[in-house]
Amino acid sequence: MKLTSRHLLGLDGMAKEELALILDTAVSFREVLDRPIKKVPPLQGKTVVNLFFESSTRTRISFELAERRLSADVVNFTTAASSVSKGETLKDTARNIEAMKIDMVVIRHAAPGSAHFLTRVVDANVINAGDGTHEHPTQGLLDMYTLREKFGTLEGLRVCIVGDISHSRVARSNIFGLTTMGAKVSVCGPATLIPKDIEQLGVKVYHRLDGIIPEVDVLNVLRIQLERQKSGLFPSLREYHRFFGVTKEKVSKAPKPITIMHPGPINRDVELSADLADSEHSVILQQVTNGVAIRMAVLYLLGTTN
Amino acid sequence: MKLLLKGGRLVDPVSGRDEVVDIQIVDGTIERIAAAITASGGVKEIDLRGKIVAPGFIDMHVHLREPGYEHKETIESGCSSAAAGGFTAVCCMPNTNPAIDDESVARYVHEKGKAVCDGIVDVFPIAAATKGRKGEELSPMAELVQAGAVGFSDDGAPISSPEIMRRALEYSSMYGVPVIQHAEEASMTRDGCMNEGAMATRLGMPGIPPIAEELMIARDVILLRYTPKARYHVAHVSTRNALDHIRKAKLEGLNVTCEVTPHHFTITEEMVSGFDTNTKMNPPLRTKDDVAAMKQGLQDGTIDVIATDHAPHTIDEKEVEYTTAPFGIVGLETAVGLCLTELVDKKVLTIVQLIQKLSTNPRRLLSLPEIHIKEGEMANLTLLDPGLEWTVKTAEFHSKSKNSPFDGFRLKGRATGIINNGKVLLA
Repeated sequence: MKLTSRHLLGLDGMAKEELALILDTAVSFREVLDRPIKKVPPLQGKTVVNLFFESSTRTRISFELAERRLSADVVNFTTAASSVSKGETLKDTARNIEAMKIDMVVIRHAAPGSAHFLTRVVDANVINAGDGTHEHPTQGLLDMYTLREKFGTLEGLRVCIVGDISHSRVARSNIFGLTTMGAKVSVCGPATLIPKDIEQLGVKVYHRLDGIIPEVDVLNVLRIQLERQKSGLFPSLREYHRFFGVTKEKVSKAPKPITIMHPGPINRDVELSADLADSEHSVILQQVTNGVAIRMAVLYLLGTTN
Repeated sequence: MKLLLKGGRLVDPVSGRDEVVDIQIVDGTIERIAAAITASGGVKEIDLRGKIVAPGFIDMHVHLREPGYEHKETIESGCSSAAAGGFTAVCCMPNTNPAIDDESVARYVHEKGKAVCDGIVDVFPIAAATKGRKGEELSPMAELVQAGAVGFSDDGAPISSPEIMRRALEYSSMYGVPVIQHAEEASMTRDGCMNEGAMATRLGMPGIPPIAEELMIARDVILLRYTPKARYHVAHVSTRNALDHIRKAKLEGLNVTCEVTPHHFTITEEMVSGFDTNTKMNPPLRTKDDVAAMKQGLQDGTIDVIATDHAPHTIDEKEVEYTTAPFGIVGLETAVGLCLTELVDKKVLTIVQLIQKLSTNPRRLLSLPEIHIKEGEMANLTLLDPGLEWTVKTAEFHSKSKNSPFDGFRLKGRATGIINNGKVLLA
């Protein structure tokens, strides 16, 4: 079994078997992370460039660790400003870096489809580390890994994604991946932050947390961004916290404990209360650890099949 | 020069003629039309058996980019593209730099059209409705009409202010020329770059809601009811509900007309899924249901005109992230092929109806002289081969730009030549 594409652009359209292959492969890399010497040789001699056009701490470090633990040579290209504002196009930036003979590109960029675009202008394997509001496939995979680790299977698991669904690449990758694996996915957030016709992606829509909390096993809580309030999509952070903030009090109404996830970074006591984030039912730090294993699996599967 | 068009099917909606005839043209003038004409000496004979002779086509919505953006297109390359696509006339939109909001620019564009490509393609400027296309003050409409403008539009931008739109409709009504609205409620579209709906949601792309188009048309219809002498034309209509507003306004007897582009009756938002920026245009590609509605609107006559919104951009401008790419595709060289393939071959329109929408109707609504295909008249003709199967190759376009989502499409039917102003161009 191999992946059908030589890139990882998104979980949309990937087959169940492919997703399972990545998750299964990650299990053995997860085990490597617990060894005293956390390095294995499969990408020895390969060069990976992390092309980050948007600021990111944990995703970039997670990828870099994964690359180094697979013995790849790693180059980081980070710029807060977009390439366009610097006068160089994304195409030129990518082609220039590729001209230095690199094998794989990990890209984070504000524009949806930028990873797809990159596959048309460079020959290297492309891994999407977040393309605007489109997808963040390795985040989706590490969330699935974490849930599978905890629950044994994703089939029938009831997961609700809470928050700004419209602008969330994490939400999209979770929806695509989890629905393919047979989970029951719902979304909950203000009507202005739920994108049009999202039901067609196979999810149920809720606007009241107390309506969904008794019905789910997992709440995946998204970061709320203040810019959305400025563009008129919700009235205030205070109101958001009162009605969509996930708190211990609200989840205590559930018949059994609910597992709490968050892709980070957390706005403590805005979308998620601090006590809940640090509680025994939170798997937020496991998500971070598993992220390295998932990224190792993806890099390994793509980097060793050429 | 003497030319004998042999055995073509003459389809002329103006005279109602539809028959196989021979047509002799001498120095650009139709000398004789008869069942069978024998070629005399020095006559160039063209075998048109199985082909169609139609009144010259006009594309009333193109962007020729000159002056100001000659790296994308020039009046010359645009006319060359039009001629290759089977058009003997184009109307060019005023979003040039400077904008066509002043008689000197209008005259420049109109005259340049006569100087390029042997003058085979007539270039009629659509002038800006407001100064600098800013939507604030009316352009000098009377002077612009004198300089050759055949309509007014701020195309690319909507005329947003209801007060300015009202005054534009009133003022232009004195000259019988239409105000052409790019119907978009801009406060709702902002950074949108594709149709809002399930596909944009899947792709995480900022959406352009269909209601942004519908609201603007609904508002304009109300304004038109108040200024009934004006003529209002909706550019590139793209949604089912937008069309319904126009249909109702027509039933009410208001002076409203509209056009559709070939891409809006052929392809859908599904095409955006690979993030190819040649699928980015405004209005955006819509849904299957909207495409079906466009075909229905063409059939029932709600849609008067087919126009391309030919919008050239260079490869470098288009080979960027989807959200930063400019809107628009080139259309002149695929339009007739798409019309014959999608509309005539699939029996949405008869060939007569198609010719009305590509020639008779646009000329009428722009108050351009009718084309008469009869003895003694100047020949203004488009020749069609409805059975010719061909593959679109953007690399071979005459346009300076190649930004088309139709590269590689197999089409059935093509324009094979034009005759106008005493000039002949055959494929």
